[in-house]
Amino acid sequence: MKTEQAMWLHERHELLLEELCELSGLSETELRELVDYGVLAPVDSDAGHWSFGADRLVVARSARRLRRDFELDPHGVALVVTLLERVRDLEEELRDLRARLPGSGE
Amino acid sequence: MKYKDYYGVMGVDRKASAEEIKNAYRKLARKYHPDVSKERDAEEKFKELGEAYETLRDPEKRAAYDQLGSHRPGQEFRPPPGWERQFGEGPFSFDDIDLGDLFAGMMGGMHRAGRRGGKVPVPGEDYEVTAHIALEEAYRGTEVDLELTVPEYDESGLAHRVRRAFKARIPKGAADGQRLRLPGKGGKGLNGGRDGDLYLNIALHPHRLFRVSGHDLFLDLPLAPWEAVLGTSVQVPTLGGSVRLKVPPGTHAGGQLRLAGRGLPKPHGGEGDLFAIVQIAVPTVTSERERALFKELAEASTFNPRGHFEQEAAK
Repeated sequence: MKTEQAMWLHERHELLLEELCELSGLSETELRELVDYGVLAPVDSDAGHWSFGADRLVVARSARRLRRDFELDPHGVALVVTLLERVRDLEEELRDLRARLPGSGE
Repeated sequence: MKYKDYYGVMGVDRKASAEEIKNAYRKLARKYHPDVSKERDAEEKFKELGEAYETLRDPEKRAAYDQLGSHRPGQEFRPPPGWERQFGEGPFSFDDIDLGDLFAGMMGGMHRAGRRGGKVPVPGEDYEVTAHIALEEAYRGTEVDLELTVPEYDESGLAHRVRRAFKARIPKGAADGQRLRLPGKGGKGLNGGRDGDLYLNIALHPHRLFRVSGHDLFLDLPLAPWEAVLGTSVQVPTLGGSVRLKVPPGTHAGGQLRLAGRGLPKPHGGEGDLFAIVQIAVPTVTSERERALFKELAEASTFNPRGHFEQEAAK
């Protein structure tokens, strides 16, 4: 059986704007809207050609699914994605605090 | 072909109005959408829901679905005789056809006319799978066996469900919740559309000794009271084998001793740290001699661990 190589979706990998569009299924207009609303930030917003950390693909894909499955407008998508990011940050913080708690092994 | 009860999935009556179907969808979507839900089987539940809704929201598809009559979910059934004729001349079997694929392919006719000889490229579907791996596997890198059931299309554009199995190499450096992409391992593209991708979500099994936060590891380090007071040197397990750790005199319970670089490796070089969290372990059974020594210590010591209580009370 052939073994496939998996690629990290990590901020150190960069994706061009067009690649992020293709992989997330969002149009360039939709992606630019997410940038305008502060949901996604390119590595260098002053650069002529935008690129993004590959971890942003997770956010962009989530945005596309939410838009499609809940029929949200761009503002709604931006709001939901922002809240989800906040939940994720809090969950990470909670996990970190739990890991530091002595005797909290599972 | 196996029957699927779309009305049952959506929890609506067979006579439900379009509005009722839409409301039921919205309610269940909030509960099961994989981006929002914390339910265990959200991904699968939402797929079922989406499939049911896509069929029932479209009057033409809904009418065709109603034609199939009502069966038990999962029950084998034969579509009405007219259906076979819609899919080419030769002998035709619905055996490995998924009901959802059949309705998804229906657009303004019995099946998607655009598929055969169609010109519009359709990208293949992306898939998401959670790979549960042990902490040791994340540390060293590992291979996981994956199995997917994906649609493949015959020349008439009809989807057949095909099981695909392969191995994926997860390089070292995984942390809990990290994502990887396997390009082109999702569903096949149509009419020259690109193949979909497979996304892996890494989930680490809980470990007997180590707790994980990002690439850092945490380990409880029990010390005897005298070890904490006098200081010592102890053998500590790490994922790369055990190492010696110096415990300075006067170490407090809850204190963290850092073993730099003994955590999980990071994908782009470097590694997290291992923190040993000190616990003071008290022996439960003491011999006569031990008791006598503790008593002697209690009499000789002026140490008052609750001095701050008294200061507070005196205010």
